[in-house]
Amino acid sequence: MAEWLDPLAVVVVLLNFVALGASHLRTVIRAVAVQGVLLGIMMLLAHGGISVPLCLVASAAIVLKGVVIPRVLFHAIREVSIRREIEPIIGFIASQLFGAVGTGLAVVFARTLPIEREHTGLLLVPASLATVFAGFLIMATRRKAISQVLGYLVLENGIFIFGLLLLEAMPFLVEAGVLLDLFVATFVMGIIVHRISQEFSTVNTKVLTALKD
Amino acid sequence: MSARLVHMEWLAVIHAVVHVLVVLAMPPLLLGVIAKTKAVFAGHVGPPVLQPYYDVVKLLQKGSVFSTTTTWMFLAGPVVSLATAVSAGMLMPLGSHAAPISFEGDLILFAYLLALGRFFTASAALDTGSAFEGMGAAREVTFACLAEPAVFFALLVLAKLSDSLSLTGMFREPLFAKWDAAGASLVLVTVSLFIVLLAENSRIPFDDPNTHLELTMIHEVMVLDHSGPALGMILYGAAVKLFVLSAFVLRVALPLDTGNAWLDWLLFLPGMLVVAVVIGIVESTMARLRLVNVPKVLVAACLLAAFGLVLVLK
Repeated sequence: MAEWLDPLAVVVVLLNFVALGASHLRTVIRAVAVQGVLLGIMMLLAHGGISVPLCLVASAAIVLKGVVIPRVLFHAIREVSIRREIEPIIGFIASQLFGAVGTGLAVVFARTLPIEREHTGLLLVPASLATVFAGFLIMATRRKAISQVLGYLVLENGIFIFGLLLLEAMPFLVEAGVLLDLFVATFVMGIIVHRISQEFSTVNTKVLTALKD
Repeated sequence: MSARLVHMEWLAVIHAVVHVLVVLAMPPLLLGVIAKTKAVFAGHVGPPVLQPYYDVVKLLQKGSVFSTTTTWMFLAGPVVSLATAVSAGMLMPLGSHAAPISFEGDLILFAYLLALGRFFTASAALDTGSAFEGMGAAREVTFACLAEPAVFFALLVLAKLSDSLSLTGMFREPLFAKWDAAGASLVLVTVSLFIVLLAENSRIPFDDPNTHLELTMIHEVMVLDHSGPALGMILYGAAVKLFVLSAFVLRVALPLDTGNAWLDWLLFLPGMLVVAVVIGIVESTMARLRLVNVPKVLVAACLLAAFGLVLVLK
Protein backbone atom coordinates (compact mmCIF):
# COMPACT_ATOMS: atom_id res chain seq x y z
CA MET A 1 0.00 0.00 0.00
CA ALA A 2 2.99 2.26 0.52
CA GLU A 3 3.28 2.74 -3.26
CA TRP A 4 0.20 4.98 -3.08
CA LEU A 5 2.03 7.41 -0.78
CA ASP A 6 3.96 9.12 -3.56
CA PRO A 7 0.97 9.87 -5.84
CA LEU A 8 -0.91 11.22 -2.81
CA ALA A 9 2.09 13.36 -1.88
CA VAL A 10 2.09 14.75 -5.43
CA VAL A 11 -1.60 15.67 -5.10
CA VAL A 12 -0.88 17.32 -1.74
CA VAL A 13 1.83 19.47 -3.34
CA LEU A 14 -0.49 20.38 -6.24
CA LEU A 15 -3.08 21.47 -3.68
CA ASN A 16 -0.43 23.80 -2.23
CA PHE A 17 -0.37 25.54 -5.58
CA VAL A 18 -4.15 25.80 -5.60
CA ALA A 19 -4.03 27.34 -2.12
CA LEU A 20 -1.26 29.72 -3.21
CA GLY A 21 -2.95 30.82 -6.41
CA ALA A 22 -6.65 31.00 -5.62
CA SER A 23 -8.11 34.33 -4.64
CA HIS A 24 -11.48 32.93 -3.61
CA LEU A 25 -11.28 31.96 0.04
CA ARG A 26 -13.80 29.16 -0.49
CA THR A 27 -11.45 27.53 -2.99
CA VAL A 28 -8.55 27.80 -0.57
CA ILE A 29 -10.60 26.33 2.28
CA ARG A 30 -11.67 23.42 0.07
CA ALA A 31 -8.08 22.82 -1.06
CA VAL A 32 -6.88 22.73 2.53
CA ALA A 33 -9.75 20.43 3.50
CA VAL A 34 -8.96 17.97 0.69
CA GLN A 35 -5.32 18.13 1.73
CA GLY A 36 -6.32 17.21 5.29
CA VAL A 37 -8.39 14.24 4.12
CA LEU A 38 -5.52 13.04 1.94
CA LEU A 39 -3.16 13.26 4.92
CA GLY A 40 -5.51 11.08 6.95
CA ILE A 41 -5.53 8.49 4.16
CA MET A 42 -1.75 8.70 3.88
CA MET A 43 -1.49 8.04 7.58
CA LEU A 44 -3.42 4.80 7.15
CA LEU A 45 -1.27 3.78 4.17
CA ALA A 46 2.08 4.72 5.70
CA HIS A 47 1.62 2.36 8.58
CA GLY A 48 2.27 -1.27 7.78
CA GLY A 49 -0.76 -2.81 9.46
CA ILE A 50 -4.01 -1.43 10.72
CA SER A 51 -4.60 -1.08 14.42
CA VAL A 52 -7.40 0.45 16.46
CA PRO A 53 -5.52 3.52 17.76
CA LEU A 54 -4.18 4.19 14.27
CA CYS A 55 -7.67 4.07 12.78
CA LEU A 56 -8.95 6.32 15.55
CA VAL A 57 -6.28 8.98 15.05
CA ALA A 58 -6.50 8.80 11.25
CA SER A 59 -10.27 9.10 11.21
CA ALA A 60 -10.08 11.90 13.78
CA ALA A 61 -7.63 13.67 11.46
CA ILE A 62 -9.90 13.17 8.44
CA VAL A 63 -13.02 14.37 10.27
CA LEU A 64 -11.27 17.34 11.90
CA LYS A 65 -9.28 18.53 8.90
CA GLY A 66 -11.79 17.59 6.24
CA VAL A 67 -15.10 18.46 7.88
CA VAL A 68 -15.01 20.31 11.18
CA ILE A 69 -12.30 22.91 10.52
CA PRO A 70 -13.59 23.75 7.02
CA ARG A 71 -17.07 24.24 8.49
CA VAL A 72 -15.72 26.55 11.17
CA LEU A 73 -13.89 28.54 8.48
CA PHE A 74 -16.87 28.63 6.13
CA HIS A 75 -18.94 29.86 9.04
CA ALA A 76 -16.32 32.52 9.80
CA ILE A 77 -16.21 33.91 6.26
CA ARG A 78 -19.99 33.92 6.10
CA GLU A 79 -20.13 35.78 9.39
CA VAL A 80 -17.78 38.55 8.28
CA SER A 81 -18.99 38.30 4.66
CA ILE A 82 -15.66 38.23 2.87
CA ARG A 83 -15.21 36.08 -0.17
CA ARG A 84 -11.76 36.72 -1.52
CA GLU A 85 -8.32 37.94 -0.64
CA ILE A 86 -8.17 41.29 -2.38
CA GLU A 87 -4.59 42.48 -2.31
CA PRO A 88 -1.96 40.04 -1.10
CA ILE A 89 1.50 41.50 -0.46
CA ILE A 90 2.84 39.20 -3.19
CA GLY A 91 0.51 38.56 -6.12
CA PHE A 92 -1.13 35.19 -6.70
CA ILE A 93 0.92 34.22 -9.75
CA ALA A 94 4.12 35.45 -8.13
CA SER A 95 3.40 33.48 -4.95
CA GLN A 96 2.70 30.38 -7.07
CA LEU A 97 6.09 30.87 -8.71
CA PHE A 98 7.72 31.31 -5.30
CA GLY A 99 5.96 28.12 -4.25
CA ALA A 100 7.41 26.35 -7.29
CA VAL A 101 10.91 27.57 -6.42
CA GLY A 102 10.34 26.46 -2.83
CA THR A 103 9.21 23.02 -4.00
CA GLY A 104 12.34 22.68 -6.13
CA LEU A 105 14.52 23.72 -3.22
CA ALA A 106 12.66 21.31 -0.94
CA VAL A 107 13.54 18.43 -3.27
CA VAL A 108 17.19 19.51 -3.36
CA PHE A 109 17.34 20.02 0.40
CA ALA A 110 15.59 16.73 1.16
CA ARG A 111 18.41 14.91 -0.60
CA THR A 112 20.99 16.32 1.83
CA LEU A 113 19.08 15.28 4.95
CA PRO A 114 20.28 12.21 6.81
CA ILE A 115 17.11 10.19 6.40
CA GLU A 116 16.73 6.50 7.03
CA ARG A 117 17.33 4.42 3.93
CA GLU A 118 13.77 3.14 3.67
CA HIS A 119 12.50 6.72 3.43
CA THR A 120 15.02 8.21 1.02
CA GLY A 121 13.19 7.23 -2.15
CA LEU A 122 9.87 8.53 -0.90
CA LEU A 123 8.46 11.91 -1.79
CA LEU A 124 7.24 12.47 1.75
CA VAL A 125 10.14 14.63 2.94
CA PRO A 126 10.20 17.00 -0.07
CA ALA A 127 6.40 17.19 -0.01
CA SER A 128 6.49 18.02 3.69
CA LEU A 129 9.11 20.75 3.28
CA ALA A 130 7.31 22.19 0.25
CA THR A 131 4.00 22.26 2.13
CA VAL A 132 5.58 23.95 5.14
CA PHE A 133 7.09 26.54 2.82
CA ALA A 134 3.75 27.12 1.08
CA GLY A 135 2.13 27.58 4.48
CA PHE A 136 4.73 30.15 5.48
CA LEU A 137 4.26 31.95 2.19
CA ILE A 138 0.49 32.16 2.63
CA MET A 139 0.81 33.32 6.24
CA ALA A 140 3.40 35.95 5.41
CA THR A 141 1.92 37.41 2.25
CA ARG A 142 -1.82 37.55 2.87
CA ARG A 143 -3.55 40.40 4.61
CA LYS A 144 -6.82 38.82 5.66
CA ALA A 145 -6.75 37.13 9.05
CA ILE A 146 -8.67 34.18 7.64
CA SER A 147 -6.03 33.64 4.95
CA GLN A 148 -3.41 33.56 7.64
CA VAL A 149 -5.38 30.88 9.44
CA LEU A 150 -5.42 28.91 6.19
CA GLY A 151 -1.67 29.39 5.85
CA TYR A 152 -1.26 28.05 9.38
CA LEU A 153 -3.33 24.99 8.44
CA VAL A 154 -1.20 24.34 5.36
CA LEU A 155 1.92 24.72 7.49
CA GLU A 156 0.56 22.22 10.00
CA ASN A 157 -0.29 19.82 7.16
CA GLY A 158 3.35 19.95 6.12
CA ILE A 159 4.47 19.09 9.63
CA PHE A 160 1.90 16.30 9.71
CA ILE A 161 3.45 14.76 6.57
CA PHE A 162 6.83 14.80 8.25
CA GLY A 163 5.22 13.11 11.21
CA LEU A 164 4.17 10.24 8.96
CA LEU A 165 7.82 9.19 8.82
CA LEU A 166 7.91 8.94 12.59
CA LEU A 167 4.68 7.01 12.98
CA GLU A 168 6.39 4.08 14.65
CA ALA A 169 8.38 6.26 17.02
CA MET A 170 5.73 8.76 18.01
CA PRO A 171 3.01 7.84 20.49
CA PHE A 172 -0.50 8.35 19.22
CA LEU A 173 -1.20 10.58 22.17
CA VAL A 174 1.09 13.20 20.59
CA GLU A 175 -0.79 13.01 17.28
CA ALA A 176 -4.10 13.33 19.06
CA GLY A 177 -2.79 16.27 21.08
CA VAL A 178 -1.58 18.04 17.92
CA LEU A 179 -4.98 17.56 16.31
CA LEU A 180 -6.70 18.98 19.37
CA ASP A 181 -4.34 21.97 19.37
CA LEU A 182 -5.06 22.56 15.72
CA PHE A 183 -8.78 22.44 16.27
CA VAL A 184 -8.67 24.82 19.22
CA ALA A 185 -6.39 27.21 17.33
CA THR A 186 -8.71 27.30 14.32
CA PHE A 187 -11.74 27.70 16.55
CA VAL A 188 -10.15 30.58 18.43
CA MET A 189 -8.98 32.22 15.20
CA GLY A 190 -12.50 31.97 13.84
CA ILE A 191 -13.76 33.89 16.86
CA ILE A 192 -10.89 36.38 16.65
CA VAL A 193 -11.62 37.07 12.99
CA HIS A 194 -15.17 37.85 13.97
CA ARG A 195 -13.99 40.16 16.78
CA ILE A 196 -11.55 41.96 14.47
CA SER A 197 -14.30 42.61 11.95
CA GLN A 198 -16.61 43.88 14.70
CA GLU A 199 -13.96 46.17 16.12
CA PHE A 200 -12.49 47.61 12.94
CA SER A 201 -15.23 46.81 10.42
CA THR A 202 -12.55 45.04 8.35
CA VAL A 203 -10.60 41.81 8.69
CA ASN A 204 -7.49 43.29 7.18
CA THR A 205 -4.64 42.63 9.60
CA LYS A 206 -2.81 45.69 8.32
CA VAL A 207 -4.87 47.90 10.59
CA LEU A 208 -3.71 45.89 13.58
CA THR A 209 -0.13 47.08 13.12
CA ALA A 210 -1.01 50.77 13.40
CA LEU A 211 -1.20 52.41 16.81
CA LYS A 212 -4.19 54.48 17.66
CA ASP A 213 -4.99 56.49 20.72
CA MET B 1 21.11 -10.53 -44.77
CA SER B 2 21.41 -7.71 -47.26
CA ALA B 3 17.99 -8.57 -48.67
CA ARG B 4 16.58 -8.15 -45.20
CA LEU B 5 18.30 -4.78 -44.79
CA VAL B 6 16.86 -3.63 -48.11
CA HIS B 7 13.46 -4.78 -46.92
CA MET B 8 13.88 -2.76 -43.70
CA GLU B 9 14.85 0.30 -45.68
CA TRP B 10 11.84 -0.05 -47.94
CA LEU B 11 9.63 -0.42 -44.89
CA ALA B 12 11.09 2.78 -43.44
CA VAL B 13 10.39 4.61 -46.71
CA ILE B 14 6.82 3.33 -46.80
CA HIS B 15 6.25 4.41 -43.21
CA ALA B 16 7.69 7.83 -43.99
CA VAL B 17 5.33 8.18 -46.97
CA VAL B 18 2.35 7.16 -44.83
CA HIS B 19 3.52 9.65 -42.19
CA VAL B 20 3.64 12.51 -44.69
CA LEU B 21 0.24 11.57 -46.12
CA VAL B 22 -1.34 11.43 -42.65
CA VAL B 23 0.17 14.79 -41.62
CA LEU B 24 -1.07 16.39 -44.83
CA ALA B 25 -4.49 14.77 -45.09
CA MET B 26 -5.79 14.28 -41.57
CA PRO B 27 -5.67 17.72 -39.88
CA PRO B 28 -8.92 19.24 -41.24
CA LEU B 29 -10.73 16.08 -40.16
CA LEU B 30 -9.86 16.92 -36.53
CA LEU B 31 -11.50 20.34 -36.92
CA GLY B 32 -14.54 18.61 -38.40
CA VAL B 33 -14.74 16.14 -35.52
CA ILE B 34 -14.43 18.95 -32.97
CA ALA B 35 -17.21 20.89 -34.68
CA LYS B 36 -19.40 17.79 -34.84
CA THR B 37 -18.85 17.04 -31.13
CA LYS B 38 -19.81 20.59 -30.24
CA ALA B 39 -22.89 20.34 -32.45
CA VAL B 40 -23.96 17.10 -30.76
CA PHE B 41 -23.58 18.73 -27.34
CA ALA B 42 -25.64 21.70 -28.47
CA GLY B 43 -28.31 19.45 -29.97
CA HIS B 44 -27.63 20.54 -33.56
CA VAL B 45 -26.99 18.38 -36.59
CA GLY B 46 -23.89 20.45 -37.31
CA PRO B 47 -21.82 20.71 -40.47
CA PRO B 48 -20.55 17.48 -42.02
CA VAL B 49 -17.29 16.15 -40.61
CA LEU B 50 -15.55 16.89 -43.92
CA GLN B 51 -16.65 20.53 -43.96
CA PRO B 52 -13.15 21.96 -43.18
CA TYR B 53 -11.83 20.24 -46.35
CA TYR B 54 -14.58 21.91 -48.42
CA ASP B 55 -13.76 25.23 -46.76
CA VAL B 56 -10.06 24.98 -47.57
CA VAL B 57 -10.74 23.96 -51.20
CA LYS B 58 -13.30 26.72 -51.61
CA LEU B 59 -10.93 29.35 -50.20
CA LEU B 60 -8.04 28.20 -52.39
CA GLN B 61 -10.18 28.74 -55.50
CA LYS B 62 -11.13 32.29 -54.59
CA GLY B 63 -9.37 35.50 -55.52
CA SER B 64 -7.54 37.67 -53.01
CA VAL B 65 -7.88 41.27 -51.93
CA PHE B 66 -4.77 42.99 -50.62
CA SER B 67 -4.80 46.23 -48.73
CA THR B 68 -2.46 48.84 -50.20
CA THR B 69 -0.67 49.27 -46.88
CA THR B 70 0.52 45.66 -46.78
CA THR B 71 3.90 44.40 -47.93
CA TRP B 72 5.28 40.95 -48.74
CA MET B 73 5.17 40.25 -45.01
CA PHE B 74 1.40 40.02 -45.17
CA LEU B 75 1.56 37.03 -47.53
CA ALA B 76 4.61 35.53 -45.79
CA GLY B 77 2.53 35.07 -42.62
CA PRO B 78 0.20 32.34 -43.92
CA VAL B 79 2.90 30.70 -46.03
CA VAL B 80 5.48 30.46 -43.25
CA SER B 81 2.98 29.41 -40.60
CA LEU B 82 1.76 26.57 -42.83
CA ALA B 83 5.32 25.56 -43.74
CA THR B 84 6.49 25.53 -40.11
CA ALA B 85 3.46 23.56 -38.97
CA VAL B 86 4.04 20.89 -41.63
CA SER B 87 7.76 20.77 -40.82
CA ALA B 88 6.95 20.31 -37.13
CA GLY B 89 4.68 17.46 -38.21
CA MET B 90 7.64 15.85 -39.97
CA LEU B 91 9.60 15.84 -36.68
CA MET B 92 6.87 14.32 -34.53
CA PRO B 93 6.86 10.52 -34.62
CA LEU B 94 3.29 9.29 -35.01
CA GLY B 95 3.54 5.53 -34.72
CA SER B 96 6.34 3.33 -33.46
CA HIS B 97 8.42 4.06 -36.57
CA ALA B 98 10.87 6.97 -36.74
CA ALA B 99 9.67 10.37 -37.92
CA PRO B 100 10.75 11.24 -41.51
CA ILE B 101 13.18 13.82 -40.15
CA SER B 102 14.95 13.25 -36.88
CA PHE B 103 18.31 14.14 -35.44
CA GLU B 104 19.80 14.72 -32.02
CA GLY B 105 18.33 17.91 -30.56
CA ASP B 106 15.37 18.23 -32.89
CA LEU B 107 13.10 18.96 -29.93
CA ILE B 108 14.51 22.51 -29.89
CA LEU B 109 13.73 22.81 -33.59
CA PHE B 110 10.23 21.49 -32.94
CA ALA B 111 9.51 24.15 -30.30
CA TYR B 112 10.99 26.94 -32.37
CA LEU B 113 9.28 25.94 -35.61
CA LEU B 114 6.00 26.58 -33.81
CA ALA B 115 7.43 29.86 -32.51
CA LEU B 116 8.60 30.88 -35.99
CA GLY B 117 5.14 30.30 -37.43
CA ARG B 118 3.67 32.39 -34.64
CA PHE B 119 6.21 35.17 -35.27
CA PHE B 120 5.24 35.39 -38.93
CA THR B 121 1.49 35.27 -38.22
CA ALA B 122 1.91 38.09 -35.69
CA SER B 123 4.12 40.05 -38.10
CA ALA B 124 1.56 39.69 -40.89
CA ALA B 125 -1.09 40.97 -38.49
CA LEU B 126 1.08 43.98 -37.60
CA ASP B 127 1.76 44.54 -41.29
CA THR B 128 -1.87 45.45 -41.93
CA GLY B 129 -1.42 48.55 -39.80
CA SER B 130 -4.71 47.92 -38.05
CA ALA B 131 -4.73 48.65 -34.33
CA PHE B 132 -7.19 45.83 -33.80
CA GLU B 133 -4.90 43.24 -35.39
CA GLY B 134 -1.92 44.64 -33.51
CA MET B 135 -3.82 44.03 -30.28
CA GLY B 136 -4.48 40.44 -31.29
CA ALA B 137 -0.81 39.95 -32.15
CA ALA B 138 0.21 41.37 -28.77
CA ARG B 139 -2.11 38.96 -26.99
CA GLU B 140 -0.94 35.99 -29.02
CA VAL B 141 2.73 36.54 -28.23
CA THR B 142 2.01 37.34 -24.57
CA PHE B 143 0.21 34.08 -24.05
CA ALA B 144 2.70 32.17 -26.18
CA CYS B 145 5.61 33.27 -24.00
CA LEU B 146 3.78 31.71 -21.05
CA ALA B 147 2.91 28.53 -22.95
CA GLU B 148 6.40 27.97 -24.36
CA PRO B 149 8.12 27.21 -21.02
CA ALA B 150 5.46 24.55 -20.38
CA VAL B 151 6.36 22.85 -23.69
CA PHE B 152 10.05 23.00 -22.83
CA PHE B 153 9.54 21.60 -19.34
CA ALA B 154 7.48 18.78 -20.85
CA LEU B 155 10.19 18.08 -23.44
CA LEU B 156 12.82 18.08 -20.69
CA VAL B 157 10.83 15.54 -18.68
CA LEU B 158 10.56 13.25 -21.71
CA ALA B 159 14.23 13.78 -22.59
CA LYS B 160 15.26 12.89 -19.05
CA LEU B 161 13.06 9.79 -19.01
CA SER B 162 14.32 8.49 -22.34
CA ASP B 163 17.90 9.84 -22.27
CA SER B 164 17.36 11.11 -25.78
CA LEU B 165 17.30 14.60 -27.24
CA SER B 166 15.29 13.80 -30.34
CA LEU B 167 11.54 13.41 -30.52
CA THR B 168 11.86 10.07 -32.28
CA GLY B 169 14.25 8.82 -29.60
CA MET B 170 11.93 9.99 -26.84
CA PHE B 171 9.08 7.85 -28.04
CA ARG B 172 11.10 4.96 -29.43
CA GLU B 173 11.40 3.04 -26.21
CA PRO B 174 7.89 2.36 -25.01
CA LEU B 175 6.86 4.88 -22.40
CA PHE B 176 4.70 2.15 -20.88
CA ALA B 177 7.55 0.97 -18.71
CA LYS B 178 8.04 4.52 -17.50
CA TRP B 179 4.41 4.99 -16.55
CA ASP B 180 5.20 2.75 -13.60
CA ALA B 181 8.20 4.64 -12.30
CA ALA B 182 7.32 8.17 -13.38
CA GLY B 183 3.54 7.95 -13.73
CA ALA B 184 2.89 11.03 -11.63
CA SER B 185 5.14 13.29 -13.67
CA LEU B 186 3.80 11.91 -16.96
CA VAL B 187 0.25 12.68 -15.83
CA LEU B 188 1.36 16.22 -14.95
CA VAL B 189 3.08 16.59 -18.32
CA THR B 190 0.01 15.31 -20.17
CA VAL B 191 -2.30 17.76 -18.42
CA SER B 192 0.14 20.60 -19.00
CA LEU B 193 0.52 19.76 -22.69
CA PHE B 194 -3.25 19.53 -23.10
CA ILE B 195 -3.62 23.04 -21.65
CA VAL B 196 -0.91 24.24 -24.05
CA LEU B 197 -2.72 22.48 -26.91
CA LEU B 198 -5.90 24.40 -26.13
CA ALA B 199 -4.08 27.70 -25.71
CA GLU B 200 -1.83 27.40 -28.77
CA ASN B 201 -4.71 26.49 -31.03
CA SER B 202 -7.00 29.18 -29.62
CA ARG B 203 -9.59 26.71 -28.41
CA ILE B 204 -12.33 27.68 -26.03
CA PRO B 205 -11.14 28.26 -22.52
CA PHE B 206 -8.59 30.64 -24.01
CA ASP B 207 -10.13 31.93 -27.21
CA ASP B 208 -13.27 31.23 -29.17
CA PRO B 209 -12.49 30.03 -32.70
CA ASN B 210 -16.00 30.96 -33.86
CA THR B 211 -16.32 34.54 -32.80
CA HIS B 212 -15.36 37.28 -35.21
CA LEU B 213 -16.88 40.11 -33.25
CA GLU B 214 -15.53 40.11 -29.74
CA LEU B 215 -12.83 42.46 -28.65
CA THR B 216 -11.32 39.66 -26.61
CA MET B 217 -10.39 37.24 -29.34
CA ILE B 218 -6.79 36.38 -30.07
CA HIS B 219 -6.06 34.26 -33.11
CA GLU B 220 -9.05 35.18 -35.24
CA VAL B 221 -8.36 38.88 -34.96
CA MET B 222 -4.89 38.44 -36.46
CA VAL B 223 -6.22 36.94 -39.66
CA LEU B 224 -9.16 39.27 -40.27
CA ASP B 225 -7.56 40.92 -43.32
CA HIS B 226 -6.53 37.74 -45.07
CA SER B 227 -8.75 36.47 -47.84
CA GLY B 228 -8.93 33.73 -50.45
CA PRO B 229 -5.97 31.35 -50.72
CA ALA B 230 -4.13 33.12 -47.89
CA LEU B 231 -7.04 32.51 -45.52
CA GLY B 232 -7.26 28.94 -46.79
CA MET B 233 -3.60 28.45 -45.95
CA ILE B 234 -4.13 29.92 -42.49
CA LEU B 235 -7.08 27.62 -41.86
CA TYR B 236 -5.13 24.60 -43.08
CA GLY B 237 -1.97 25.61 -41.21
CA ALA B 238 -3.94 26.01 -37.97
CA ALA B 239 -5.40 22.54 -38.53
CA VAL B 240 -1.92 21.07 -39.04
CA LYS B 241 -0.69 22.78 -35.87
CA LEU B 242 -3.65 21.35 -33.97
CA PHE B 243 -2.83 17.93 -35.42
CA VAL B 244 0.84 18.11 -34.43
CA LEU B 245 0.19 19.20 -30.86
CA SER B 246 -2.63 16.66 -30.48
CA ALA B 247 -0.27 13.96 -31.71
CA PHE B 248 2.25 15.10 -29.08
CA VAL B 249 -0.34 14.87 -26.29
CA LEU B 250 -1.54 11.51 -27.59
CA ARG B 251 1.95 10.06 -27.74
CA VAL B 252 2.63 11.06 -24.13
CA ALA B 253 -0.77 10.04 -22.79
CA LEU B 254 -1.05 6.80 -24.72
CA PRO B 255 2.35 5.35 -25.49
CA LEU B 256 1.65 2.99 -28.37
CA ASP B 257 3.54 -0.21 -28.26
CA THR B 258 1.92 -3.18 -29.92
CA GLY B 259 5.13 -4.33 -31.54
CA ASN B 260 3.51 -4.20 -34.96
CA ALA B 261 4.09 -0.90 -36.77
CA TRP B 262 0.91 -1.22 -38.87
CA LEU B 263 -1.21 -1.94 -35.79
CA ASP B 264 0.28 1.20 -34.23
CA TRP B 265 -1.04 3.22 -37.16
CA LEU B 266 -4.46 1.65 -36.65
CA LEU B 267 -4.33 2.69 -32.99
CA PHE B 268 -2.97 6.14 -33.69
CA LEU B 269 -5.64 7.34 -36.11
CA PRO B 270 -8.68 6.63 -33.87
CA GLY B 271 -6.60 7.96 -30.95
CA MET B 272 -6.34 11.31 -32.70
CA LEU B 273 -10.10 11.34 -33.24
CA VAL B 274 -10.56 10.68 -29.51
CA VAL B 275 -8.31 13.66 -28.71
CA ALA B 276 -10.46 15.78 -31.05
CA VAL B 277 -13.64 14.58 -29.31
CA VAL B 278 -12.10 15.42 -25.92
CA ILE B 279 -11.29 18.93 -27.17
CA GLY B 280 -14.87 19.21 -28.41
CA ILE B 281 -16.20 18.12 -25.02
CA VAL B 282 -13.96 20.64 -23.22
CA GLU B 283 -15.19 23.36 -25.57
CA SER B 284 -18.82 22.44 -25.04
CA THR B 285 -18.68 22.22 -21.27
CA MET B 286 -16.46 25.19 -20.46
CA ALA B 287 -17.02 28.89 -20.78
CA ARG B 288 -14.32 31.15 -22.05
CA LEU B 289 -11.95 32.40 -19.41
CA ARG B 290 -11.74 36.08 -18.72
CA LEU B 291 -8.70 37.47 -20.45
CA VAL B 292 -6.99 38.33 -17.15
CA ASN B 293 -7.32 34.73 -16.02
CA VAL B 294 -5.64 33.25 -19.11
CA PRO B 295 -2.08 33.93 -17.86
CA LYS B 296 -2.99 32.29 -14.54
CA VAL B 297 -3.99 29.06 -16.26
CA LEU B 298 -0.91 29.10 -18.48
CA VAL B 299 1.38 29.70 -15.48
CA ALA B 300 -0.37 26.78 -13.79
CA ALA B 301 0.41 24.65 -16.85
CA CYS B 302 4.07 25.70 -16.61
CA LEU B 303 4.11 24.86 -12.90
CA LEU B 304 2.59 21.43 -13.54
CA ALA B 305 5.25 20.60 -16.12
CA ALA B 306 8.01 22.08 -13.95
CA PHE B 307 6.83 20.02 -11.00
CA GLY B 308 6.82 16.98 -13.26
CA LEU B 309 10.46 17.76 -14.06
CA VAL B 310 11.29 18.09 -10.35
CA LEU B 311 9.73 14.68 -9.73
CA VAL B 312 11.78 13.12 -12.50
CA LEU B 313 15.04 14.71 -11.35
CA LYS B 314 14.46 13.77 -7.73
